[in-house]
Amino acid sequence: MSTPLFEYLLRLGDDRLILGHRNAEWCGHGPILEEDIAVANVALDQTGEAQLLLNLAGQIEGQGRDADQLAYWRDETQFRNLQMLELPRGDFGFTMVRQFLFSAHAHFVLEHLASCPHDDLAGIAAKALKENRYHLRHSSEWVVRLGDGTDESHRRIQAALDELWPWTVELFYEDAVDAALKAEQIAPDQAAIKPKWEAMVTEVLTRATVQPPKGPMRMVGGRKGRHTEHLGHLLAEMQIVARSHPGASW
Amino acid sequence: MATEAKPAAPTEDPVKLAEFEARCDRGETIEPKDWMPEKYRRQLTRMMSQHAHSEVVGMLPEGNWITRAPNLRRKMCLIAKVQDEGGHGLYIYCGTETLGTDRAELIDQYLYGTAKYSSIFNYPTLTWADIGVIGWLVDGAAIVNQTMLAHASYGPYARAMIRICKEENFHKRQGYELCATLARGTPAQKAMVQDAVNRWWWPSLMMFGPHDTNSPHSADLLRWKVKQKSNDDLRQRFVNLTVPQAQAIGLTLPDPDLKLDQATGDWKFGEIDWSEFNAVIAGNGPMNRERIAARRKAHEEGAWVREAAAAYAAKHQPAAGQAA
Amino acid sequence: MSTGPNGVGEWPLWEVFTQAPGGKPHEHAGSVHAPDAEIALQNARDVYTRRGEAVSLWVVPSGAIVASAPGDAGPFFDPGNDKPYRHPQFYKTPRGVKVF
Ligand SMILES: [Fe+2]
Ligand SMILES: [Fe+2]
Repeated sequence: MSTPLFEYLLRLGDDRLILGHRNAEWCGHGPILEEDIAVANVALDQTGEAQLLLNLAGQIEGQGRDADQLAYWRDETQFRNLQMLELPRGDFGFTMVRQFLFSAHAHFVLEHLASCPHDDLAGIAAKALKENRYHLRHSSEWVVRLGDGTDESHRRIQAALDELWPWTVELFYEDAVDAALKAEQIAPDQAAIKPKWEAMVTEVLTRATVQPPKGPMRMVGGRKGRHTEHLGHLLAEMQIVARSHPGASW
Repeated sequence: MATEAKPAAPTEDPVKLAEFEARCDRGETIEPKDWMPEKYRRQLTRMMSQHAHSEVVGMLPEGNWITRAPNLRRKMCLIAKVQDEGGHGLYIYCGTETLGTDRAELIDQYLYGTAKYSSIFNYPTLTWADIGVIGWLVDGAAIVNQTMLAHASYGPYARAMIRICKEENFHKRQGYELCATLARGTPAQKAMVQDAVNRWWWPSLMMFGPHDTNSPHSADLLRWKVKQKSNDDLRQRFVNLTVPQAQAIGLTLPDPDLKLDQATGDWKFGEIDWSEFNAVIAGNGPMNRERIAARRKAHEEGAWVREAAAAYAAKHQPAAGQAA
Repeated sequence: MSTGPNGVGEWPLWEVFTQAPGGKPHEHAGSVHAPDAEIALQNARDVYTRRGEAVSLWVVPSGAIVASAPGDAGPFFDPGNDKPYRHPQFYKTPRGVKVF
């Protein structure tokens, strides 16, 4: 049976699984060798966090599913990640802006979860919080350098922000799952996180000399399994080997 | 187009040359600012940069499977492994730069010029089993070579190799473990890993290069103690190590001539198809064009990032930019 | 920034020193290219501390390092070789004193 905590852990785990997957696509294709290594480090952290969170989800669910089963044997409408994270990796600027917007939000979520009354989740969150600090530092420094670099890099960062910004509405999505977990002091209050996130983001975007667009926001859906068309292709690739050999060990 | 710089061989001061060769003979380490014959500098620059290019191009065949790794543990192992290869490229480029050529120029030499990289990375990775077999055989062969190079006469090269060798053991082990898992898995998995061994065995043996009699640079490199063992000796060592490993997990190496020579303890093997080797070296292997195209694409698409960071540094921290 | 033959320059080089856990001195680990100090530090972290090798990092612009010249090797270092009285083994402890 799906409990709020199971759902919530899928949301946290899938975010990291999918973003880690997109970041890992850079390995061998980065703008400079040092960054191939840096982005791979971020992808490794995120995939590791996803593994812990999904394993815990499986335990809570109690049907014998582990992280691999959850990652490799669910279909796209069963994934709970933010839609922003499944978008193709774009150029290096897009990857950095996305990482920054996500990590800035994750920072406040994890800060709360690290001291929540659910010990297993708090332990994972404490580890992820530490890792995320570096993701935040790395991505924000790059957003600043690229935004305030050359005319071309400025244009690219502004374009990435224009595309990503409308998706950020989903970061603050809440429903009955959050309500139930907030009642137990597990989940944070997104309304309280929002101004902190905005302050952090504004500070970095100002240094980067770029501005969020004014237009309308996108429709929310990821938390309920409503995704862009990109996720299906991502999963088709990710799951092909595992699903071609049911029951096999690797 | 950039090509490898080939100034006419200078005539070296015979006294300095004799002194230098005596240092090599005594097993001393040559450091960047030490006097060295131009030919040593040139040969090393060629060999080290070729090695660095190989590490970086080597990210591509394995990177091809990162997004399809069949479970999360394997996915992380593979990302970490491919990442390490990038690090290896980086260490060796930095070592090469101490000989006086900028990394950007070295990279240009293989992306747009004639500089080479290891032929092995011009073969395609067709199944998940290739990931295991590359770790086991390709990294296994690289370890044999690099263990020797950790004693190379040139200090920066030797030090890079020591760091690399530590990391390579993880590469080989994860590969061998992967192969062993497939070999005792379902019939489809077992067939997959045997097929991968069949495809990678001979190219792995080619990694050690031509027979010494046909190797244009071997003599100099041996004399100057950059290398201490011949291509054929290293190849034999690799075969001797690998045959029992294959037997232990029930895989067959695709060579009907493979047999143990009781007298020497060596596993004798058949003749390598040198026409294939030469074709791949000449640029006509299965994936040569794709590999270079992928690396050029990354390099060119990254240009704006490199330029932007430099422009930002110039605007905000002129001191750091000038210092180096 | 130096410029390669293709017009695309290389970032400056930085030397990386890592300190192993347990109060060890910083040791040269290798180099990285980086446009500025912050990125140099980040790159050094990503490249040279992936296996828990370090608790502290220094990055130094390579050009800022002043090195002794190979020709100095004799005059600089030989005088240190003939002063055995600087080493504890130079001194005898009386027979019977095991732990000193
Ligand atoms: Fe390597
Ligand atoms: Fe390797």
